[in-house]
Amino acid sequence: MTWLLEPLAYQFMQRGLLASVIVGVLCAVMGTYVVLRGMAFLGDAMAHAILPGVAIAYLFRGDLLVGAGIAAVIVALSIGLFSREGMVKEDTAIGIMFAAALSLGVALISSMQTYAVDLSHILFGDVLGVSKTDLWLIAGLSFAILLTVALLFKPFLVISFDPVLAATLRLPAELLRNLMLVLLALTVVVSLQTVGVSLAAAMLVTPAATAYLLTRRLLPMMLVSALIGAASSVIGLYISYYFNIVSGSAIVLTATLFFLIAFGWKRLHSHSTNG
Amino acid sequence: MSHTPHRLEVESISIGYGDKIILRDLSFQIPHGSRVAVVGPNGAGKSTLFKALVGLLPLQSGRILIHGEPLGSHQDCVAYIPQREEVDWRFPVTVHDVVMMGRFNQMGWFSRPSARDKVLVRDSLQQMGIANLAEQPIGQLSGGQQQRAFLARALAQEPHILLMDEPFTAVDVTTQDATFHLLDHLQEQQVTALVSTHDLNLAASRFNYVLLLNHRLIAFGTPSEVFVKENLAQAFGNSLLVMENGMMLVDECCPPEVEHHHHGKAQ
Repeated sequence: MTWLLEPLAYQFMQRGLLASVIVGVLCAVMGTYVVLRGMAFLGDAMAHAILPGVAIAYLFRGDLLVGAGIAAVIVALSIGLFSREGMVKEDTAIGIMFAAALSLGVALISSMQTYAVDLSHILFGDVLGVSKTDLWLIAGLSFAILLTVALLFKPFLVISFDPVLAATLRLPAELLRNLMLVLLALTVVVSLQTVGVSLAAAMLVTPAATAYLLTRRLLPMMLVSALIGAASSVIGLYISYYFNIVSGSAIVLTATLFFLIAFGWKRLHSHSTNG
Repeated sequence: MSHTPHRLEVESISIGYGDKIILRDLSFQIPHGSRVAVVGPNGAGKSTLFKALVGLLPLQSGRILIHGEPLGSHQDCVAYIPQREEVDWRFPVTVHDVVMMGRFNQMGWFSRPSARDKVLVRDSLQQMGIANLAEQPIGQLSGGQQQRAFLARALAQEPHILLMDEPFTAVDVTTQDATFHLLDHLQEQQVTALVSTHDLNLAASRFNYVLLLNHRLIAFGTPSEVFVKENLAQAFGNSLLVMENGMMLVDECCPPEVEHHHHGKAQ
């Protein structure tokens, strides 16, 4: 038992663990939409697109999360704008915004003198550097996002499953679609601190994809996904503590292991039932 | 003008994407509770008309009135059975979930299903003969069963107007029977139904009215009024063969997908 409790003697570990679990759950829940609506590319793009926001915030000594948040919302809405009415296909719009924002971010960061350390934190996360303020911000934003998802469960279900029904029921589909993009952007921002820009997409996709293999309805899929996200975060953080691995990597690799197990189980299961 | 407005009035509407007009200057009035077959060659604009009727496509001109009021004033009076390709069959929902979606507007977007919602869903499933499949994921059903699930949803929606896009293409006899069973049931309740179909025999024998389209309205009336040589020649052009004894053949042999694609390119 001591090996379980030992890391928790440190305050930064407690905060890190709490932050990871919150982010794990949040990403996993938003990830169900990412997986079902085929937005994996978007999630990845969004994660990279927040770099310029982080860089500008850093330049002006502002809060990195706030900078990232503003950048993410701008990118999300401009993807929505470019792809509206089919002027440019959505994945093309994503590709353009993704590359432009990433380039701008790298350009800004490379113009700074002392970027090396902070850039690696942004790219791979710095879960042990979560301050009390960060934790409150992460918790608050996550709560707001999850509450929105809970309240809009039915509208989001309908616009994802059957856009034509959404139209006949007079749902404001365009507004809901943009809101979902904004929620996704904020999710990526919140996960910046724990898994970093380059691994946020994995936390969005992997637990949800695992849950998709194991469930057959949306709500159970979300709950199982959240459970896998939380478990991956806890296990990953312990692995990172004892084996001295970057926490983001350890968390994502744990989630990947869950996916492989579920995939193998599903293969065996479907083979045995199909004869 | 009669005292009761027509259920569905279309006043010189034109629909298209950008510069490309798909339906031009369409006008018709469909009376209470009638059953209308929407007929025309592939790519004639049948699906486009349906999309416009549910508000999915903007009108370039003209207007659509339901119960004498503009489209959109009524929250939930139009139900639409989409074509197969328009639905994501891998989505994690059960048959029961799909049918319950038809009740979302009436139950309110933030509340749980009421007892009445549950009864309506159960009855609709039973009426379509898929009550035993209620807990199955929608993706694991056969094509015909999936269509019956969407019919059950339309039933649960308690619509005033029902739109069905090609419900008789590539379905089994059971599903075709279930579809007409539903149409009979809805007609008793004065529900207006618009059904697009390639099957001219069904259109002639099982519907009150026929709406013949080919990018514009060619004819609207009873089957015997509409299915005359001149109209069919205008709608189907070269694919119409008139025999000496007066029999007419329309060549629409090819699978809709292939044909549709082909037409799309040609236009």
